[in-house]
Amino acid sequence: MERPEALAKPDPVDSAGYAGASAKLSDLPLTDASVLTSPTMLTVENLNLFYGKKQALFNIDLKVAKNTVMAFIGPSGCGKSTLLRCLNRMNDLIDDVTIEGSVRIGGSNIYEPGVDVISLRKRTGMVFQKSNPFPKSIYENVAYGLRIQGVRDHQILDEAVETSLHSAGLWDEVKDRLKESALGMSGGQQQRLCIARALAVNPEVLLMDEPCSALDPIATSRIEELIFELKKKFTIVIVTHNMQQAARASDFTAFFWLGKLVEVELTEKMFTNPRERTTEDYITGRFG
Amino acid sequence: MSSILQWLRRGNGFIWFSGAMLSCCLLMIAGLVGFIAAKGLGIFWPAPLVQVQGPAGPVLGEITGFESALGAEPAKVQFRVGNRDLYGQDFRWLKTVELSGRGEPRDAVLVERLENGAFVGRIAKLSKDGSTLAAGADSVGAVLKSLPAATALQARIRKIEKNSVGDLNQRLEACRLRRKGLEAANDTAGFLALDQQEQSLKAKYEELQTQLDQLRKEAKAFTVTLQTVEGQTKEIPLSAVVRVVLPNDLGFLGKVGLYCSRMWEFVADNPRESNTEGGIFPAIFGTVMMVLIMSVMVVPLGIITALFLREYAKDGFLVRAVRVAVNNLAGVPSIVFGVFGLGFFVYTLGGSIDRLFFAEQLPTPTFGTGGILWASLTLALLTVPVVVVATEEALAAVPRNQREASLALGATKWQTIWNVVLPGAAPGILTGLILAMSRGAGEVAPLMLTGVVKLAPAMPLDGSFPFLHLDRKFMHLGFHIYDVGFQSPNSEAAKPMVFMTSLLLLVVVVALNLFALKLRRNLRSRLGGSTF
Repeated sequence: MERPEALAKPDPVDSAGYAGASAKLSDLPLTDASVLTSPTMLTVENLNLFYGKKQALFNIDLKVAKNTVMAFIGPSGCGKSTLLRCLNRMNDLIDDVTIEGSVRIGGSNIYEPGVDVISLRKRTGMVFQKSNPFPKSIYENVAYGLRIQGVRDHQILDEAVETSLHSAGLWDEVKDRLKESALGMSGGQQQRLCIARALAVNPEVLLMDEPCSALDPIATSRIEELIFELKKKFTIVIVTHNMQQAARASDFTAFFWLGKLVEVELTEKMFTNPRERTTEDYITGRFG
Repeated sequence: MSSILQWLRRGNGFIWFSGAMLSCCLLMIAGLVGFIAAKGLGIFWPAPLVQVQGPAGPVLGEITGFESALGAEPAKVQFRVGNRDLYGQDFRWLKTVELSGRGEPRDAVLVERLENGAFVGRIAKLSKDGSTLAAGADSVGAVLKSLPAATALQARIRKIEKNSVGDLNQRLEACRLRRKGLEAANDTAGFLALDQQEQSLKAKYEELQTQLDQLRKEAKAFTVTLQTVEGQTKEIPLSAVVRVVLPNDLGFLGKVGLYCSRMWEFVADNPRESNTEGGIFPAIFGTVMMVLIMSVMVVPLGIITALFLREYAKDGFLVRAVRVAVNNLAGVPSIVFGVFGLGFFVYTLGGSIDRLFFAEQLPTPTFGTGGILWASLTLALLTVPVVVVATEEALAAVPRNQREASLALGATKWQTIWNVVLPGAAPGILTGLILAMSRGAGEVAPLMLTGVVKLAPAMPLDGSFPFLHLDRKFMHLGFHIYDVGFQSPNSEAAKPMVFMTSLLLLVVVVALNLFALKLRRNLRSRLGGSTF
C-alpha cells in the first residue's frame, strides 16, 4: 500500500462520527470537502442477521451519506455482501433468514411490516459480482426495469436507454447495435450494461457487489471512473476485495471481520491511519 | 501383460468400450428403420408377371414368396394371382416340381380396380354402350388412352357426392334440429320459413341427384372386358379402373414413374377395400391433427404445473410427494389412461356437454362418444409428466443471477418468471414437448377407447362450418397398422402396407420433431447462447 508522504504522520482526530465535522480536512488533502457535510441517505441500526441458527451479522450500525461512495471491505465470509443484500431486501429470497434491527433509506425503515419490497427495489439499484445481462437485446436489457413498471411509450424508453447508456459510458460503443444480443458483448461492457440497466429506473442508491471481480484492469479502471461520475447523482455502496479499488474509488470505507463492523472511516484516513489493529493488519495484507 | 493392464488403467479400454456400445445403439436404430424401410418401400415397385404351366392349367401372377423343401414337404412358390372376384383369393401356393414353361408375357396386365383388388390377365376389348371400340392387341392402347377421362369423371362424381351432397345433408340436418326446437316453442311463423327453406334445399338435392345420375350413366358407358389366363372373362366399367400396368413391358423409367404414382396415391388418397388398398391420407392427417391438439393442451398444463412446483411451492413433503406422483404417472400403462378417458372425458364430460348444449340431437351423441378432442385430452394427460419433468429441469437451469437481476430492478416474482425465467427455459420446455409428441404420436391403446376408428367418414378439419370438428372420430396411423395388418379380412395382401404405414408413422413423428427442433433452434438463437 503506497501512502502519500504528507499522510504518513498519525492523525490525532478520533472520527467516530465520520460524517460529522470532527475530521480535519486539512489533514486529508485527497478528500472532497462536500462528503463531510452531505446529509445521511442510508442508516443501518443494530442489525443482526441469522442464517437459521447461525448468526452472520452482529449489531451493525452504519451511516452512508448522500452522493458519496461507501466501500465494504473485509475477508471472504465476513458478511459484507450479506449486509449489502440487506439494503434492498434481496435476502428475503433466501429461506430461513431472520433479520433484526432496522435499515432506513431516506428516512423510512425498509424492514417495517407493510413496506412494498418492489418499490423499495426500484429505489435501490443493484449490480452483481458476475455480470448478468438478460439474454435479450442491449436495448431490452436497459429498458427492462421501465417495461416492468408498465412504461410503453417508445419515446420515454428510447430516452431512458440513451441516458442510462451514456451514464454508464457505453453509448458510443453500442449505439449502432442496440438490437443485438447483450451476450455478444465483452465482459467489461456487459458489466457496464448491468450498471446502465440499474440506472435506467433512476434509483436513489446504487449497490454494487464486487462489480469488478471478474474484469481485467482496463475494464476495472473504466468502472472506477464511472463510479466517480455516478456519485454525483447517486449514493453508492460497493463491496470489494480489492483494497486499491476501495482506496481509489470510495469516500468512506467500512471494514468487516467475522460478521462485525470493525471500523468505518473516511477512506483516506483508514488507509493511512486505521484506528483498529485488525484493520491495519488486513489492509496491509497481513491476513485475509 | 503389464502393458495391457496399463492400457486399461489409463482408461483407454473404456473409451473403446463406450464407443462400441454407442455403435451398437446406432446399429440397432439404423437396423430398425432400415428393415422397415426396405420391407415397406419395395411394395410399390412393379414386379414382373410370371406365367407358368401348373397342374390345373396356366397360372399368371407376381411371385411373392418361396418355401424350400422341408422333409416330406416339397418346395413351393407363392403367386399373387389377383382376381379375387373370380378365384376367391389373391394368393396361391404351387409346388415347384409341378410347374413348367416359365415365361413373362409382354401383354400381361395388372389392372388395379376400385373393387375386388387387382386383376391379373389380359385386356380383351374396350366397348362403349355395348359396341366394341377396340379388341385384341389394340385394346390395351385404347384403354390407356381413354382411362384419364374416365378417372377424371369418377373424381368429379366423388367430389359432388362428398362436398355438395354432404353440405346439403348437413343443412337439412340443421333444419330438422331447428324444427325440433320450434316444436318446443310452438312458433308457427318459424315453421313456415323453415318449410320454405327445406323445400328449396330438397329441390337442390333433387337437382344434384339428377346431375349425379347423368354423370354415373356417362361413367358406366365405357366398359372394359378383361380375360384371365385360363380364359374367364369379366366386364367392368372403365371408371372402376384405377390403373392399368403392363409390368413386363415397362422400361426402367416407366417403372420409376409407376412407383412414384403409387407412392403418391398411398400418401395422398383415401383408403379403399377396407383399408387394404388406396392411400392413408386420412390417417396421416388424423395423427398430425391429434398430436397438434394434444400439444396445445399439454404445454400450458405441464408448464403451469411445473411452474408451481418449482417456483411457488415450498419444497416440503407435499411437493416431493406430488413430484413423485407426477413422475410415476409417466409409468402408468397407457390403456389405463384410455379407460380413464372413456369413463371421464367421453361418458361423464361428453355426456354432460351433450345434455347441456346438444340436447336436440340426443339420443345421437355429439361429444358423448369418442372423438379427436377426447383422444387428444387423454394423450395430453398421458404425456403431461414428460412436459412437467422437462420444464422443471429447464426452470431450475435458469441462472439464479438472472432472476436476481430482475428482482433487484423491482420486478415482481411473476414478472420475473414471465420475462426472464420462462424465456430462458423455453428451449428446455420445447425439449419436453418434443418428447411428449413422440410419445403421443405412437400411442394406440388409449385411442382405441377414446375416438379412433377404422374408417372415418369425414376429417376433423374440413371446409364446412365450423371447420374444426373436435367431436369427430378420426383415423390414426398407429391404429391403422394394427387394423390393416391384423384385423383385415385379407391380411396377406395387406402385409406390405403394415411396413409402409409404419415407415410413414416414423416419418410423421420425425417431421413433427424436426418442426419442434427448428422452433427450439430459432428460440435459442434469439436468446443468443443459452446452454440447453
